[in-house]
Amino acid sequence: MSASLADRKAASTPPDLVEIRDLVVTFGDQPAVRGLDLTLRRGEALGIVGESGCGKSVTWLAALGLLPPTATVEGSVRLAGQELLGAAPATLDTLRGGRIAIIFQDPTSSLNPVHRVGTQVREALRLHRGMDHRAAAAEALRLFDLVGIPDSRRRVDLYPHELSGGQNQRVMIAMALAGQPDVLIADEPTTALDATIQAQILELLQKVQRETGMALVLISHDLGVVAELCQRVGVMYAGRMVEMAEASQLFAHPLHPYTKGLLAALPDLSGPRRRLVPIQGSVPEPGAMPAGCAFMPRCPDQQRQCTALPALRELAPAHHVACVRAPIMRAAP
Amino acid sequence: MLRYLALRLGRAALTIVLVVTFAFVVLRLSGDPAVIIMSPEAPQAAIEAFRHAWGLDQPIWVQYIDYFSAIAHGELGQSFRDGRPAIDLVAERIPATLWLTIPALCLKLLIGIPAGIHAALHRNSLTDRVVMAGAVAGFTVPSFVLGLMLVLLFSVELGWLPSGGQGSWQAGILPVITLGFGGAGILARFTRSAMLEVLGQPYIRTASAKGVPWARVVRGHALPNAAIPTVTIVGFMVGSLIAGAVVVESVFSWPGVGRLLVVAVSNRDLAVVQCILLLVATTMVVSNLIVDLLYGVLDPRLRGGRS
Ligand SMILES: Nc1ncnc2c1ncn2[C@@H]1O[C@H](COP(=O)(O)OP(=O)(O)OP(=O)(O)O)[C@@H](O)[C@H]1O
Ligand SMILES: [Mg+2]
Repeated sequence: MSASLADRKAASTPPDLVEIRDLVVTFGDQPAVRGLDLTLRRGEALGIVGESGCGKSVTWLAALGLLPPTATVEGSVRLAGQELLGAAPATLDTLRGGRIAIIFQDPTSSLNPVHRVGTQVREALRLHRGMDHRAAAAEALRLFDLVGIPDSRRRVDLYPHELSGGQNQRVMIAMALAGQPDVLIADEPTTALDATIQAQILELLQKVQRETGMALVLISHDLGVVAELCQRVGVMYAGRMVEMAEASQLFAHPLHPYTKGLLAALPDLSGPRRRLVPIQGSVPEPGAMPAGCAFMPRCPDQQRQCTALPALRELAPAHHVACVRAPIMRAAP
Repeated sequence: MLRYLALRLGRAALTIVLVVTFAFVVLRLSGDPAVIIMSPEAPQAAIEAFRHAWGLDQPIWVQYIDYFSAIAHGELGQSFRDGRPAIDLVAERIPATLWLTIPALCLKLLIGIPAGIHAALHRNSLTDRVVMAGAVAGFTVPSFVLGLMLVLLFSVELGWLPSGGQGSWQAGILPVITLGFGGAGILARFTRSAMLEVLGQPYIRTASAKGVPWARVVRGHALPNAAIPTVTIVGFMVGSLIAGAVVVESVFSWPGVGRLLVVAVSNRDLAVVQCILLLVATTMVVSNLIVDLLYGVLDPRLRGGRS
């Protein structure tokens, strides 16, 4: 992002809720995230899309300090101005679950099998809202009702294996809401669920986001879902953000050839949903990244200047693209 | 639940029958007790008389049935050697064995479990490597080698501790250490891998993600899950309280059940051997049952709720 743009932003808008700058995550010598920039505004729903392995999950796990010690993380992740990377464990513990919550792809294995689901929600309430046992029990019931778990009085005392995947994801959402976070990160929250349940969970996420005013980061393979739920969309490719824009803008006028490819592979946004059909070729192996644009080997429009690493630039209002060819291509009909 | 219990008890009984049958067959086919007890030079008539007195002249299947019907009546037979009831011979040796195996079990638990947890939490650290090297040594060095090394060092070289017998409490120290060290190593490795497995599970990440401090994640979320596989190996150790000291008792000439077994086997003292095996199989089976019940307590997935 250019300096002048950053200045303009700082003057006109309140600071962004989450600001990720030049995030680099490596496992051994394998890069997973390679210099990622991203901003999340208060209260917005941001979709993150990209092929499997492009670093969507790793980005947010790194931001929350949840990666195993085998990962090295560099760069900066700020939550309302406060740096998260390298923060003291006690600081992280108050922020995680308190101001920034996350739910995962497989709800059943994400819940502890030896504790009752109610206990697991109450634990978050005690940690972040200082509730005693009775208050926490009452609040847990309220949250169970809020996320639409029927017969909540009985279900709080069940174990995760006694609930369906969809109900466990509702428990995960209740647990995430327990700390009244400013942002909820939903990492493919419906991938492991049946189609009908998927729609219900997405509806629930949309509902709680509207009611609580928290920001939502929805990581998904499904462009249709993202188009429906999110105001803004970020497209990731091989560990970098390649395009980021308002959802309507991105779907109407994609600028990056990768985004164009993704959209072209979609039959019809109003038709039946399908997973991203990747463009011909495949993502370069993490060990064999090209020095320049990682998409170049697959790009229908590659040129000599693509051997330089493209920065994410604002080419139209609030529309950021990392492609050296983008302005030229946009000019052409 | 009742059906489950009945099934478990049935299986337990079957296990015991199989063990005893196996011992009966092996012992009876591997040598003639009459010849071994009376010595091969004994007059043929004397050997015949011995055989007749003990029913050894009957076909083997008749002996087998007699043996089982006796057990069913609570009759475990007499020693060929001195005619005393086998059960008495065995029972008087049990305290000596427990004097070794119970302190050794405590040693295993008190060292093995904390060491394993610590190693898992500080993976690849120096302590992890020390613990794991100790664990590998603990279960690759045979107990008679370790026992002899300890005797050489502490009894022969330094003269601090007695090398055998049961004269004083000090006599128990070396055998207890010999027994406990190997077991602690096994338990440390087991606990470590159980912990590592659990620490890699998504629900541990969830606990951290909701802001549970790490020490509480370990205590409240990881340990209760890691306890489930660890209970298996602890149950096995409890099950071998009676028979787990055969080698060590021999090395330290400790008058326990293990040594009695060695002597009885070499004498083909059928009733005594079978009485010990029955006891061993019963302890194993009982501890297995306890482990199964504990699983149900520790792991709600095994309580037979709806799924
Ligand atoms: N714990 C780990 N150890 C080593 N490599 C990892 C680890 N976690 C992720 N990676 C690697 O990091 C890269 C990015 O993974 P990530 O899980 O972020 O992908 P993703 O975009 O979330 O994909 P998906 O859509 O399949 O969830 C992948 O190449 C993956 O193999
Ligand atoms: Mg992922």
